Amino acid sequence: MKLKALQRTMARAVMQPLTSAERMQRTAPDGKPMRRYAERFIKPNDRLTSFERLEIYNRQYWFRLLSSMIDDFPGLRAVLGDRRFDVMCKAYLVDCPSRSFTLRNLGGQLESWLRKHPRWAGPKHALALDIIRLEWADIEAFDGAAEPALRPESLGVDAGAGLRLKLQPYVRLLDLKYPVDDLLLAVRKEDEDTDFASNAFQERHKRKRVQAVAKLKPGAIFLAVHRADDSVYFRRIEREEFAILSALRADKPLGKAIVAAFRKSKVPVRERAAALEGWFQNWSTLGWFCSS
Amino acid sequence: MPANRFNGFTEYGIGIGLRATHYNHILTRKPVCDWFEIISENFMIDGGRPLRILDEILEQYKVVQHGVSMYFGSAEKPNGEHLRRLKELVKRTKTPWVSDHLCWGSVDGRYTHDLLPMPYTFEAAKLTAQKVREVRDFLEVPVAVENVSSYAEFHVSEMTEWEFLNEVVERADCGILLDVNNIYVSSQNHSFNPLDYVNSVPAERVAQIHIAGHSKYRRYILDTHDHPVIDPVWKLYERAIQRVGHTATLLEWDDSIPSFQEVHDEALKANKFLSSTLLATAV
Repeated sequence: MKLKALQRTMARAVMQPLTSAERMQRTAPDGKPMRRYAERFIKPNDRLTSFERLEIYNRQYWFRLLSSMIDDFPGLRAVLGDRRFDVMCKAYLVDCPSRSFTLRNLGGQLESWLRKHPRWAGPKHALALDIIRLEWADIEAFDGAAEPALRPESLGVDAGAGLRLKLQPYVRLLDLKYPVDDLLLAVRKEDEDTDFASNAFQERHKRKRVQAVAKLKPGAIFLAVHRADDSVYFRRIEREEFAILSALRADKPLGKAIVAAFRKSKVPVRERAAALEGWFQNWSTLGWFCSS
Repeated sequence: MPANRFNGFTEYGIGIGLRATHYNHILTRKPVCDWFEIISENFMIDGGRPLRILDEILEQYKVVQHGVSMYFGSAEKPNGEHLRRLKELVKRTKTPWVSDHLCWGSVDGRYTHDLLPMPYTFEAAKLTAQKVREVRDFLEVPVAVENVSSYAEFHVSEMTEWEFLNEVVERADCGILLDVNNIYVSSQNHSFNPLDYVNSVPAERVAQIHIAGHSKYRRYILDTHDHPVIDPVWKLYERAIQRVGHTATLLEWDDSIPSFQEVHDEALKANKFLSSTLLATAV
């Protein structure tokens, strides 16, 4: 067997989902018995059959990838529950195997995949999408690029309405149907608290978490997920702030961005100038603007 | 041999893997440590805390890059984005050499994120060596390939693992990161004498040595990097040092990681063997 053929044969088996008992399936990807499939290319030894040797890699693959998903999406896991999360992740990884050299990108297709396959999230589909978006934004804000920030004085009035401001690459903007920022922070707090706790204590916390998710009511929020001093923060922003910042992200001129943001705004006309001044003050203080 | 063209003619001592759980200790206590090995992929990012920490470490310590997903043995071209980011990191760390594994892990652009064993064939050796050369030429630093722990062997293999390693490094004219724990693990899983392996390695190509712990199960051993180094692995290390001389040595500890001091103390046990070679050289 040539190298590429052997690697394809092995990879198909390694990436095939495990059974519910977390063992290698008895049926191979080609529909034939896995025992014979493994024997075609793997030698047995005096302790392990070909099947058992291949199974070590099959299990390692799934344990590693599922562990990475658990690390990256604790909020989604809390929303779906352990079992549904596990089943959903397996379906996702079958449809969207990693195409990156780094596990950091493993969940990069999860939102778009779940939009196409809502059944895997069950009745909490909308909530699941929101928390996925937040958790992915958190990953991107954590290690996204930072350009030299524009100083507040660089945003002078003489810049004009045609001024184009660029947002820092690490700033992520989200319009969400649920207040999932509070939920994710609560989940993380619980995870920190239960790191060294007993099983009984962890079970109690798990029940509390389920109750918190069940109680979460829809409520539209706008968030900027950003970074300060190497830590990621979720900052709630106004609808108009979201509109302006999104327009700047899309490389629209500042003047047009502001006009569009206030088109259906409930902010009284007389208060808009002060609101704008305050927002720009905050954004520039947080270093969200860059020139390049 | 200690300083050679495969490790940038450096004379590094005993290092440990840089792990996030030790960041605070390292940055606040500034412990003496000859060098740190980083997992390249953890820092092939655009910004944020990992790079800021790395820059702080670089101000005070020597750092060498070790990769886990170049997959020299995968039958496909190196990933361009991977290479570009790796080279950026090489410029940042000024690593004297770069290492990654003699294995495969991706096919048709799909990644398993595992270190899968090679079939020991001449076809595979030729392709792997070609890829090592491509990577080295692009990165413009010496490359060392590491032998992996394995749990399976292939019918198509035409030679032993150590013969395959020799075939690859001779064709690629590259260095070796000799992992004596991996030799031990594979020797137990495939029933060969680990000393045959150590004795066959071209000593002049060894750029670095890895030591680590593993987990023993009833019918096989897994390379888990979550225990101290066991005596039979120290014996292999001793033999390797006798052959290659005082070579940069690195302890890997990746799971159930104890305190910095405990990891470093475990690594420093290598001094017993390194100092004996220095003594022998002096005499």
